[in-house]
Amino acid sequence: MKVNGVERAAPDDTRLLLSDHLRHELGLTGTHVGCEHGVCGCCTVLLDGAPIRSCLMLAVQAEGHELTTIEGLARDGAALHPVQQAFHECHALQCGFCTPGFVMSVVGLLAQHPHPTTQQIEEGISGNLCRCTGYASIRRAVHRAMELSPLPLGGEGQGEGLQGGGRK
Amino acid sequence: MTTRWFGAPVQRVEDDRLLRGHGRFTDDFDEGALECCFVRSPYAHARIKSIDATAARRMPGVVAVYTAADLPFGGVDLPLLIPHPNLTHGRTQRCLAAERVRYAGEAVAFVIAESRYLAEDAAELVDVDYDPLPVVITPEAALAGEHLVHDDVPGNVAAEMLQEVGDVEQTLQAAPHRKRLKFRYERAAASPMEGRAVWARWSAGDRKLMVYDSTQSPTSIRGGLAVLFGLPESNVEVIAPDVGGGFGPKIMLFYPDELLVPYAAMQHARPVKWTEDRQEHFTAVNQERGQVHEVEVGFDAEGRVLALSDDFIHDGGAYTPYGIILPIISAAQLPGPYRIPNYRVRFRDMYTNATPTSPYRGAGRPHACFVMERTLDAIAVDLHLDRVEVRRRNLIQAGEFPYEVGVAWQDGNTVVYDSGDYPTLLDKAIANLGPKPSGDNVGMGIGIYVEGTGVGPYEGAHVQVLVSGKVVAATGIPSQGQAHATVWAQVVADELGVDVGDVEVTSGDTRRFPWGVGTFASRGAVTAGNAMHVAARMVADKAKHIAADHLEAAVEDLELTDGAVRVKGSPDRGIPLGAVAVLSNPVRYAFGGGTEAATQFAAQPREGPPLRDGEQPGLEATGYYSPPGSTWASGCHAAYVRVDPKTFRLEILRYVVVHDCGRVINPLVLQGQIEGGVAQGIGGAFYERLAYDADGQLRNASFMEFLMPYATEIPPIEIDHIETPSPLNPLGVKGAGEAGVIPVGAVLASAIEDATGFPITEMPLSPLKLYELSMLKK
Repeated sequence: MKVNGVERAAPDDTRLLLSDHLRHELGLTGTHVGCEHGVCGCCTVLLDGAPIRSCLMLAVQAEGHELTTIEGLARDGAALHPVQQAFHECHALQCGFCTPGFVMSVVGLLAQHPHPTTQQIEEGISGNLCRCTGYASIRRAVHRAMELSPLPLGGEGQGEGLQGGGRK
Repeated sequence: MTTRWFGAPVQRVEDDRLLRGHGRFTDDFDEGALECCFVRSPYAHARIKSIDATAARRMPGVVAVYTAADLPFGGVDLPLLIPHPNLTHGRTQRCLAAERVRYAGEAVAFVIAESRYLAEDAAELVDVDYDPLPVVITPEAALAGEHLVHDDVPGNVAAEMLQEVGDVEQTLQAAPHRKRLKFRYERAAASPMEGRAVWARWSAGDRKLMVYDSTQSPTSIRGGLAVLFGLPESNVEVIAPDVGGGFGPKIMLFYPDELLVPYAAMQHARPVKWTEDRQEHFTAVNQERGQVHEVEVGFDAEGRVLALSDDFIHDGGAYTPYGIILPIISAAQLPGPYRIPNYRVRFRDMYTNATPTSPYRGAGRPHACFVMERTLDAIAVDLHLDRVEVRRRNLIQAGEFPYEVGVAWQDGNTVVYDSGDYPTLLDKAIANLGPKPSGDNVGMGIGIYVEGTGVGPYEGAHVQVLVSGKVVAATGIPSQGQAHATVWAQVVADELGVDVGDVEVTSGDTRRFPWGVGTFASRGAVTAGNAMHVAARMVADKAKHIAADHLEAAVEDLELTDGAVRVKGSPDRGIPLGAVAVLSNPVRYAFGGGTEAATQFAAQPREGPPLRDGEQPGLEATGYYSPPGSTWASGCHAAYVRVDPKTFRLEILRYVVVHDCGRVINPLVLQGQIEGGVAQGIGGAFYERLAYDADGQLRNASFMEFLMPYATEIPPIEIDHIETPSPLNPLGVKGAGEAGVIPVGAVLASAIEDATGFPITEMPLSPLKLYELSMLKK
C-alpha cells in the first residue's frame, strides 16, 4: 500500500486495524481513534481519494490502495492545505482530537463536489462528531475552504495533487 | 505603537500542529510501551466469589495480570477528594474490586501484555465468579431503601444538608398563591472525543517517574502518586499533553488506571500505556446530572416569588470520591438571577448501583436552572402572565451588587454575586430573538442563569524573557481545547509590550510549573489568567529596574513597548527586552546570544556586588493569584422551536444567547466556547440519554445508540454580550467554559411546552418521550 506517497508493506498481523497500523506501526498518530465502531469519524483517512473510517478496515485490506492521512496534506514547513487553513481561520477546532478526521472528510467532500450545495456541505460534515465546537465554525470553515481553492488534492481535473487523489 | 492584545480576536497559536496531525495526545506516546486492558464487572451489584487469572497469566505475550490481592495498595480505599462534615457516609472504591462490585464497569483485574490486542485476548481468559445482588439503580429506588448499595450505609444516604434563608414555612403559609412541583433530571455523560489514557515510565537509576495523563489536573495526580509511592514530588512528573476534550470527568482522580499504569511501569522496567475504549468510557468514567426535585413555591398575584422550598435527592452513584460538591452547587445555584427572599433547600446524596458522579460541564447547574425556570413558567401559567414579565419582576437589579444569596458555596464561603446586569441580559435576548415565526406548533422558550466561576484556591504562572527576546510562560493547569496558549499569550504580551506570537505558553506540565489545582469550574481565565498577569507584571517591573541603570533614566519614566524598554516620550532611547534579559544574569562566561554584554569586564560597573541583596538572576518571575471569592458569570438564552405533531421531531428555528463573563479576553475563543456549550446542551436535552435498565446495565453504551448530535442537529446560534467586569480580580474577567450548556434544558423545555401544550417536568426529552406525554394528555 502507498501511504502519503510512500510505499509501505502490509503488516503480518492480519487482524490489525488500519487505524492501529497507521498510528502504532507507521507512527502516523494524526489519525485518531474516538470510538472504534465507525461512528465518530475521528479516524477518517482517504482511500484512493475518498474518505473512509480506518477503524472499520483491516490494514491488510488496504493492500494495493493509496492512502492519505492528515500528515500527507501539507508537507512539514510548507503552507497548510486550504482546508487546514480554513479550519484555522474560522476557529473550527478546539481540542483538536476530531480535527484530522473532519479535515479529511472535508477534503474528500470538496474533491467530489468542488462547489457543494448547502445540503451537500451538511451531509459532508454530518458523519463526524465534534464535542467542542458545536459545528458552526466547521460549517464556516467549509465555506472558507472553497474561497481558498484551488484545492491541491484531486477532484474534477484539478491536477495531480499531493497524492494524485480523486475517486477511482 | 504597541497593539493591545486583550480583547482582540487573536487566531489560535495552537492550531498549526493540531491541523497537521502533529498533536501529541496520550495514546500517541509509545516508546515500546506495554499495553493494558481491564477486566470490568458485568454486574451492577455482585459479590465476587473468586477470581482465577491462571490461564490469562500463562498466555504468551502476557506480562502480568493484577488483581487486588497482587497489589501492595490493593486493600486501600481510593482517596475521598473533598471531605465535608455533612458527608457522614462517604465511600470510595478500591483500585481493583476484591469482594464486592457496585456498578457495571467497576474494575476487577488489570492485564499487561506486549500489545493491546493480546491484553484484550487475555482479559477474556480471566475467570471471575460473581454472586449477583439486588440492584438499586434510580435515586428514587435508593431512597426507598429496600436494598442497600453499601451494607453499612443506612437508607443509602451518603449525605444530607439543609439550609434556610429567611422563614420559608411562615411565608409559604401567608402567601396568596402556593404551588407544588416535581422535576426529574436524568444522568448524562460528558463524552469527550478522546477517552482517558495514561502512559508511564519509571527510571530506576534516578528513581524518577514520568507520567502522561489525559487529565484535567496533572498537579494533583503528581501529588497523589508521590504520596502513594513514597517519592519526593520532585521525582514525579505528570504531563497532560494535548487532551481531547474534558468537560469535567477528567478532573476526577484517581481512576484506577492512574495508579495501576505507573505501578506497572515501576514493576516491569518498561513504559506502560493504557488507553480506554469507547465502550468502557461509557461505564467507567464518571457521569452526572441525576436529580429529583420537589418544590413548593409561594408567590403573589404579580408573580413575585415570596418563598421557595426545594427538597431534592441526588444520584451520587456507587461511591462518593468527589464528595458532595454537585448537590452543594445545585442548592447554591438554584435561585439563579432571582431574588428569593425566603429560600430553604435540603438535599440527600443517594448511593445507587451506577457509575460514580463528579462534575460534567455545568456541574449541578443545568438541573438547578431547569427547576427554577420551570417553576417561574408554572407561575406564569397559573396567573396567566407573560413568562418574560414574571422573570423581569423577580430579577435582581443591576444596583444590588454585591448580592448575598446566603447559602453555602463550593469554595467554603457563602454565595455572594460580585457583579452583573440581569435585566439587560433579558431585554437584549428578547430583542435579539425577534418576532415569533409563523406556523403551527411553534413555541418560545427562555432561561436565565448565573454561574459561579473562577473558584479558588489559586493558580500560579512563571514568565521568562529569553535572551532572544522571546517569552516563555507556564502554568499548572492543562488545556482541553480552551486555547490557553493563545489567551494567556495575549495577557502576557500586553504586560511586556511584545507580539503575541513571541509568547510561548506551556500548560499542564509539572516540569514547567509544578503548583496549582486544575482546569474545572470555568476557572482558568480567572485563576491562571490573573496569575499570568501578575507574573508578567513582575517581569515588566524587573525589566524596568534593570533598564533604568542602563538607560540612566528613572524607573517611572520607562515603558515596555514593541519588544523594548523605552523612555516615555523618547522612543529612540530604549533597550530591547532580550538585551535586558542578558543584563539580568551577570555571567563570567559569554555563551552566545549577546551574553558577552553581561560579563565582568563588559558590563557597566555599578556599586556593590553584581547581584544586589534580594535580587535574583534572570528576567523571570513566578506569580500567583488566589481569588477572594468566586466570580459570577450570567446569561440569558431564548429560542423558538417547532415540534412536529406526529413524529415529535424537534426543529430549533432560532436560538439566541446573551452572555456576560466580565471582560472578554478573546471573542473568537469565547464564541467557540459558547457555541460548543449550547450544542452540548441541545444534545443533553433532546438526543442523549443514558438508558440504564433495572439490572443497572447501560443498554446504549456506544455512539451508535447514545445519540450525540452531529452537525445536522445543531442550529446556528446567535451570540451577543454584555460586560460587567468582575471587581474581584485585576483583569476583571469571569469564566466562560461551562456557560453555554447551563440553561439549554430549561429553554427547550419551556419552548416545547409552549409548542405542544404538555407540561414538561423532566430531562432529557426525545421524540419518544414527547409521544408518551401526548398519550398521557389524551
